[in-house]
Parts: sequence; C-alpha cells; structure tokens
Amino acid sequence: MWDYSDKVREHFFNPRNSGPLDDANSIGDFGSIKCGDALRLMLRVNPETEVIDDARFQTFGCGSAIASSSALTEIIKGKTLDEALQVSNQDIANYLDGLPPEKMHCSVMGREALQAAVANYRGESWKDDHEEGELVCKCFAIDTVMIEDTVRANSLRTIEEVANYTKAGGGCSACHEKIEDILIAVNGRLYAKEVKPTQAPAATNGAPGKPKLTNYQRIRKIEETLEAIRPLLQRDHGDVTLVEVDGRNIYVELTGACQGCAMQAATLGGVQQKLSETLGELVQVLPVAALVRA
Amino acid sequence: MQPIYMDNNATTACDPAVVAAMLPFFTEQFGNASSIHSFGSRVGKAIKEARVQVQSLLGAAHDSEIVFNSCGTESDATAILSALKANPKRRTVITTAVEHPAILSLCQWLEKEDCVVHRLRVDRQGRLDLDEYASLLNDRVAIVSAMWANNETGTLFPVEEMAEMAHAQGILFHTDAVQAVGKVAIDLKKTKIDMLSLSGHKLHAPKGIGVLYVRRNTRFRPLLRGGHQERGRRAGTENSASIVGLGVACELAQQYMTEENTTVKRLRDRLERGILGSVRNAFVNGDTLYRLPNTASIAFEYVEGEGILLLLNQQGIAASSGSACTSGSLEPSHVLRAMAIPYTAAHGTIRFSLSRYNTAEEVDRVIAAVSPVIAKLRQLSPYWSGDAPLAHPEEAFQPDYA
Repeated sequence: MWDYSDKVREHFFNPRNSGPLDDANSIGDFGSIKCGDALRLMLRVNPETEVIDDARFQTFGCGSAIASSSALTEIIKGKTLDEALQVSNQDIANYLDGLPPEKMHCSVMGREALQAAVANYRGESWKDDHEEGELVCKCFAIDTVMIEDTVRANSLRTIEEVANYTKAGGGCSACHEKIEDILIAVNGRLYAKEVKPTQAPAATNGAPGKPKLTNYQRIRKIEETLEAIRPLLQRDHGDVTLVEVDGRNIYVELTGACQGCAMQAATLGGVQQKLSETLGELVQVLPVAALVRA
Repeated sequence: MQPIYMDNNATTACDPAVVAAMLPFFTEQFGNASSIHSFGSRVGKAIKEARVQVQSLLGAAHDSEIVFNSCGTESDATAILSALKANPKRRTVITTAVEHPAILSLCQWLEKEDCVVHRLRVDRQGRLDLDEYASLLNDRVAIVSAMWANNETGTLFPVEEMAEMAHAQGILFHTDAVQAVGKVAIDLKKTKIDMLSLSGHKLHAPKGIGVLYVRRNTRFRPLLRGGHQERGRRAGTENSASIVGLGVACELAQQYMTEENTTVKRLRDRLERGILGSVRNAFVNGDTLYRLPNTASIAFEYVEGEGILLLLNQQGIAASSGSACTSGSLEPSHVLRAMAIPYTAAHGTIRFSLSRYNTAEEVDRVIAAVSPVIAKLRQLSPYWSGDAPLAHPEEAFQPDYA
C-alpha cells in the first residue's frame, strides 16, 4: 500500500467540497476513465470580482486523486481566478504534505482541471498539452514521455546525459535498463559511453590557455549568467537565485512556478549547460535541497 | 474489531504447524545438509522428507523431480530459460495474455533477445481458444507456458489437455501453478506436464521458498550453477527451514483439499451472492463455472479500486484491486484488459481471495461493509448521479485529454 501522508488520508476519508455544485458558472473536466483518473471541477465565480466564491469536485480515481481534488478546492476558494492560476501542482502536493512519486500525476490533474475551469469561465478554448508516460525514475519521479522528449530535443546519447538533463537515473540507478531502452528506441542504437582520457592536472604557473578566474570573478560570472537566464524563467512565473558555490557544484534555488515544477530537472539541466559554457568548465547545478542533504 | 484477511492469492498466513516445524532449523538444526557430520545429515534427512511431502501433493512419480528454489518467479524463469537453452534451434515461446508478470516480463525481455512470443488471447470470461492454440504448435516452439489458475480471477486453464497437445508435437509444457497447488487436485504422473511452478507462501508456507517440478528425462539447463545441491539443478545452500515448512504445508494442503473445495467455496459463493445482491452495477469477472474455489473478482462500475481498498482497510478488511494503480501505472490490470472488461468496470475491480481460515461471520461482515463503501465513492464519481450511473456517462463527462 502507498505511504500516504496523514493529510492525504484525512482528505480521502473526509473529502471537502465533494459533489455537484448546482449554481456553478464554470466547469473544468480533466482526465479519462481509461486512465483511471477523471476530475470535474465546478466553480461559482463572482462576475464582478472574479473571486471563486465556491468550488466543488467530483472525482473518479484513487485515494490520492480524491485527496488532491479536495485539497485543490480548499486552496482556491476565496482566490481570484488569476490568483488561482498561480497554484501549481506542487502547491497541491505540499498542501497534502507530499505525494508518492507515482502519484504526483494526481496533483497535476488538479491543476489541469483548474486551468480548464478558468478557460471555461472566460469562454476560451483550452487544450491540454500534458502527456504522461510510465514512471521510469522513482527517485526523481520522471516518466517515459519526459525522457523521450528530452532525449529527442537534445540529441542525448548516454545515460549520463539523460541524468544531467532530466535527473532520471541520477539516483539509485535501478532504472538504467529502462533508460537504455528509451535511448535505443529514440536513437535506433545505443551509443557506447565515451571514455575520456583523464586529463593531467592543469599546470599552475605560466601555462598557456585561459587564465584561471579568481573566486570573485567566477561567482560574478555565475551571477551574470543567471541574470541572463532569469527573464526566460520569469516568463513562466518562475525564478532562480544563486545560493552557494562549492567547487564545481553550484547550488541554486528555483522559486515561484519553477518550484516543484515537473520540468524542474530540465530547467536545472539547461542552467547547468549555460553555466558550463560561460565558465569554460564542467559544473554541476544542483537544487538547494541537495545542499541541505550534503 | 478483528481484522479480516481476504487477500490469500497475494499471500497466506503461515500455518502454526508450519512455523512449529521450522523453528528447530533456526536453532539446533542449523547444519548444512551437504556436510558429512551428524549436524548436516539430520538436516539432509528433513529435506528428504519434505521432498516426499511435496511429491505427494503434486502426484509426481519421483521425489527427485522436485527441485527446491526461492520462489515462483524463479521457477517460471528457470523453466522457460531452460527450455530455450536445451533446444537452441527452437526460438518460439507460447504463453497466454493473462499470465503473471513473472512470465510476461520475462517473455517481453526474450523478444528483445530475438525470441518469438505468442500470447494466447482470452474471451470475456478469460477462457482460451484451443483452436488458436493448436494452430500455433509447430517444431519452432521451444516451450508452452500456461498458468493453471489465474491469480486475479481464479479462472482455470485446461493445462492437462494443453500439455497433451504440446507433447503430441514434441513441445515442452510448463505450467505456473502457484495459485492452483493446494486448491486443485493435481496428479502430475498422469499428465504430460513437463514442468510446474509452485510457491510456498501461497499455501500457508513461508515466503522465499519455491519448487520447480521437472519431469524425469526432461532436457534441463540450470539457472544457477555452482554446488551440487538439488542434484546440480539449482545450486546454493538449501533454505532448510523453509523447505521443512513447505513440506508440512503440502501435507496440510492435502488434508484440507476437500475443505477448500466445499467449505471455502461455499463461503466464496455466499460472499459473491451477498455483494451482488446489495450493490447494483457490479458483476463477477472470470469463468464462474471453472475457477478456483476461493477467488471472487468483482467489478464495481464507475468507481476506482484503490478508494475501495482504502475504505475497506479502514474497517479492517484486506482485499486487493484489479487496478494496476497500485503499481503506479495508469492502465488497469492486463488480465481484465485481455478479457475486454470495459475500463469503467476494470478500474473498480476488487479481488477477494479466501482461505480455510475465513469464517461465515467474516463473510457477512464484508458483505455489510462493501455496499456503503461503494455508495460513498459513487457519490464522488462524475460518472454517477443520485443512485444510478449517468444515462450516457461517456457523453456527459467528456474531459479533454491529450
């Protein structure tokens, strides 16, 4: 059985705001019976203020799907539609004191239904672009679709690259066989791991090549690079802050919508790529949580 | 409130007599059966006795046909890989679409290793088409592997007949009988079955002990090579305590065989009648005329299985779901999908699997508990309104989904 938090169990056994909402003026449906998860979110929105006066749900799904639906209605009641749209799936999961990695899709379903409901209220058409595959990496909750897309988009060849870009396979390593299968499926073959001859330690004085940056210069450079990336993240309501530099490990905090976003790993991978390029050295960009663990 | 355990197809409680028989083998009987001294020979003797007890339950002609190993999965893998190794020119495996993952995952991997795998289809009741089966038998087939009883629905396959058909074409036949042993009378010496898998923990022996039956004169290649244990067919120091426990469990299973097919069957039937009588839009999955006496697979439409299990668990009732939601996959059970059970019902399928330890009082408590649980979840379901499903649920609720 799942290791559900007390909060998840409590919201499953005593769901808030369940059942039809008769005077709803906004309805968002998401999911399908085929997938075993389907959620109808019903809102009563104040037309003057766009405040959600009431929210109810009906859900066909597992315990965490029902708990996520219940949590969602509690979170968004009293918020304006614009405020509600800022709610991320991670907010739903956090409200429930976390969800097992296999069940994170339940919180995603809540967020998608919310977007559908807001679009419904505003008379906009909403197209779900969210696709989910079989869970591959249990350490970081990364699924097949995510890995396939990233491998394709970045021409990845090895498990190491997949781990750098998506985090998948970067933990316990039990999923490496599945990642190899994906690499073979996308690339048509498995590329051998590149064995790079270990470089002799760089000579200190008078050696040709780029002069070594001082710590101060290096951190300045990191800051500048992050500044350049920041507008991209802010466009998606996210942000990034430098927390610590420890040798080749650079710890950053992703905030706003980036926090807990399903694409967080890809975001970090992108930041890492950029930093490695500007610094002219291989660095590893890690979430601040890794610093706490370390 | 006493908990009620109705998940015996997942695993069973060890019989107290089994535990009692095992205990000395953790303490004074710690010897290695291979040793020449008396510490070893006493253990060796106990293993020999257990082998005869297993032989007797299976109706095997010789006790040397019993190979102890670690579990049903090991037995399944050993049987299929052995057949392929021993018949290198035959690269085809025939199995069924509703096997346990121990078989299906292995077969999926074998396809990557350039084997051809045929998965026999089943009908709405989970039955095989023997004409389709016959049409696939040829000299490229290394082995047929078909389960004796399905773990989810209890549906029985005519494995004795299928073994005859395979043999007539010179093809090895293996059956995964982990759910059948102890519930179905088996007399292997009268069949053409070449190999059979058994798992201890399904019949009140401990976990971590399994058996592969290998008929004498079957070409065999071991999975594990090393020591001479099990006549070189399964190397590794014997799990003597568990082997002794399994022996006792097999003897008990033989004693209780009638009870399983009368008392336990009546309890199962009472449970099914009671639930179907009190819950609408529910039905039994599987071949109700030809199935295990202990298994009830009941589909509850328009609700999802995990919710049912959590609410039953709250009342101390343990069952399992046919939904693969428990494994993190969004697809419902491959068995129910192979049977073309609609998604609306497959996701809400619950398996109750009984044992000789269940009582009529427990059955009545479960019947009383199920109806309110289903009603509660249907109230939450967007496919349900009031006390009936929506007239056209798929039309009324058509969410957007990529």
